[in-house]
Amino acid sequence: MNGLLANPVAIIVGTPLLAAAVLAVLPGYVWSARLNMLACLITFGAAFSLFWGTAPPPGTYLLVDEMNIVFIVLNTFVGFTASTFSASYIGHELETGRLTPVYLRFYHAMYQMMMFGMNLALLSNNIGLMWVAVELATLSTVLMVGIYRTAEALEAAWKYFILGSVGIALALFGTILVYLAAQPVLGEGQAAMVWTSLLANAGKFDGSLLNLAFIFLLLGYGTKVGLAPLHAWLPDAHAEGPTPISAVLSGLLLNVALYAVLRFKMLMTANATALDPGPLMIAMGLVSLIFAALMLYRRRDIKRLFAYSSIEHMGIIVFAFGIGGPLANFAGLLHMVMHSLTKSAIFFTVGHIAQIKGSQQISAIKGLTQSHPLLGWELAAGVLAIAGMPPFGVFMSEFLVVTSTFAVHPVLALLLVLGLLLAFGALLLRLTGFLFGEPTGSLKPSEASYLPLFAHMALVLMAGIWLPGPMVAWFQAVARLLG
Amino acid sequence: MEGLAFDIAHLLAGGMLLVSFMMIYQDRLLALLKVFALQALVLSLSVAWQAYQQDAPHLYVTAAIALIFKAVIIPIALRRIVLQLGIQRQVETVVGIGLTMLAGIGLSALSIVLMLKVTAAADAFAREDLAFALSVVLLGLLMMVTRSNAVSQVVGFMSLENGMILAAAGAKGMPLVVEISVAFSVLVAFIVIGVFLFRLRERFDSVDITALEDVRGDQE
Repeated sequence: MNGLLANPVAIIVGTPLLAAAVLAVLPGYVWSARLNMLACLITFGAAFSLFWGTAPPPGTYLLVDEMNIVFIVLNTFVGFTASTFSASYIGHELETGRLTPVYLRFYHAMYQMMMFGMNLALLSNNIGLMWVAVELATLSTVLMVGIYRTAEALEAAWKYFILGSVGIALALFGTILVYLAAQPVLGEGQAAMVWTSLLANAGKFDGSLLNLAFIFLLLGYGTKVGLAPLHAWLPDAHAEGPTPISAVLSGLLLNVALYAVLRFKMLMTANATALDPGPLMIAMGLVSLIFAALMLYRRRDIKRLFAYSSIEHMGIIVFAFGIGGPLANFAGLLHMVMHSLTKSAIFFTVGHIAQIKGSQQISAIKGLTQSHPLLGWELAAGVLAIAGMPPFGVFMSEFLVVTSTFAVHPVLALLLVLGLLLAFGALLLRLTGFLFGEPTGSLKPSEASYLPLFAHMALVLMAGIWLPGPMVAWFQAVARLLG
Repeated sequence: MEGLAFDIAHLLAGGMLLVSFMMIYQDRLLALLKVFALQALVLSLSVAWQAYQQDAPHLYVTAAIALIFKAVIIPIALRRIVLQLGIQRQVETVVGIGLTMLAGIGLSALSIVLMLKVTAAADAFAREDLAFALSVVLLGLLMMVTRSNAVSQVVGFMSLENGMILAAAGAKGMPLVVEISVAFSVLVAFIVIGVFLFRLRERFDSVDITALEDVRGDQE
């Protein structure tokens, strides 16, 4: 037992699972919201301690390396802040009768199940286990998206479920193909599914089989990343679910799927006969970016607006990793972290705003600087940050993506800049509407919890001005690892 | 694997593809469910044959799950839902059957050409099995796209999953993960039936997805 407690990996995976079981039976939302926060805090603490501990040797199922520590710390951190936001958010939902106590119990248990699935996916060293974990996280979010049981929520959940399942099924096919490619080299059984041994021997695999596998994996996990032709579920799921879940979807679940794609990309680059995954990812990333940037102009629902912005940013990130090389990978990683922090902060703000105004329609939200200055300016900071204005961290990472692309493919860089500018214009256009003019709707003061908002924005601001040396070194090491 | 054993495995995998084609042209829900049960039966035979040939007892579990859940329990449950909702007479196809069949033939040809070309290094059985499996997967996908009824979309998804299991069983020695994924597929099926259909019913008195299309908040 002692050894188990001392092992951060066991805590990261075990705490959410345990908490999910307890939350499923615990009545009373005040306590379950607190327990939810506590479980997330413990998980985050354990994840953070990974920075100092020496990584345990990779096992058949779990693995801790430099790459996934970054993801897992980000994942548990945003999971924790989202749970504090959720605690202040759901009380209101209960008052307005949108959720009943029974549903809240279910909601909290599912929240921890989702955290369990995501943490497990990030820590898994086994491509089969990773698939199962991603599927688990998907299923629990599907149930949460549909939790309001309105016609819109059900449609969103159904769409998410169908597209997500198709994606996940394609990913399984890809996983089977990777196993088949590895099996002649590594022999039958577990060894051919263990990621570390796959990577070590990737050079000896059959290239054409890996190619096919990667296409399935990219399409499969790419559906969950929300890449352009496969993104249809994403805006609906973001708009109709509870806002804490929108924040977690955008900030975390997309990253987890991206992480899976990156792991397989590393396998591809390690094999000389396999095709270069770069162009595929560049194309999908660019299409997502430009498509989403254009879609931003026609939105009427504020959560949909930011959901499309998530597609846009996932496009930028995938594009950066597609360009490859130490600099672009560094930029991609940084952008991923910045996007997670900023976008979840925006969703926290939007959640409070929509609760006050009683509507998610963009036309119903006006004059926030007069009626709710703190929320209004917070939203302004968030939107300016996500649009890529200095001095925020997103500017830094976007700048790095653009410069590293200019060095390799100037034409692509132009397209990238075009997409960025389009999105910038759309977001600023909307922002002025939100901030100024006659205040509409309810003017009652908000009971928001500002702490998670400010924590996220402070981190984003800090990253834009000064990145700590050890963090830069860490990111550089991961960027080299990604090839 | 050679001789008769190879032929039997082939027969069963090919049988699954054939049943997939049969599913495409069923326009009555109850008939569709029967054909789906048939596919699950063929799948369980196919997996059991693999278990016997590969001497892999854990695959028998997979075969049993396919037989009990997919060929018996789920079709019966779905049948009850269809009868309760009174939609058994409904005829629904978004695209014409002839066109869908042609598309299905095209997809099968594509997957066979693709698989045989790409997997030249793998052993003969695995590659042909994969070609069949991919065809079944694509046909399941096709069915999900061409149907508008929630029940038939679920059936399409489960048929797609049957293709996955066929592929996984054919991949020699693929470890324990197969069972986990099967357990998951069962879970998926239950969630679909339990949560969605009943909730859809509650709200709309219809399980036709097109009825849902009008309620999106973002329409012009």
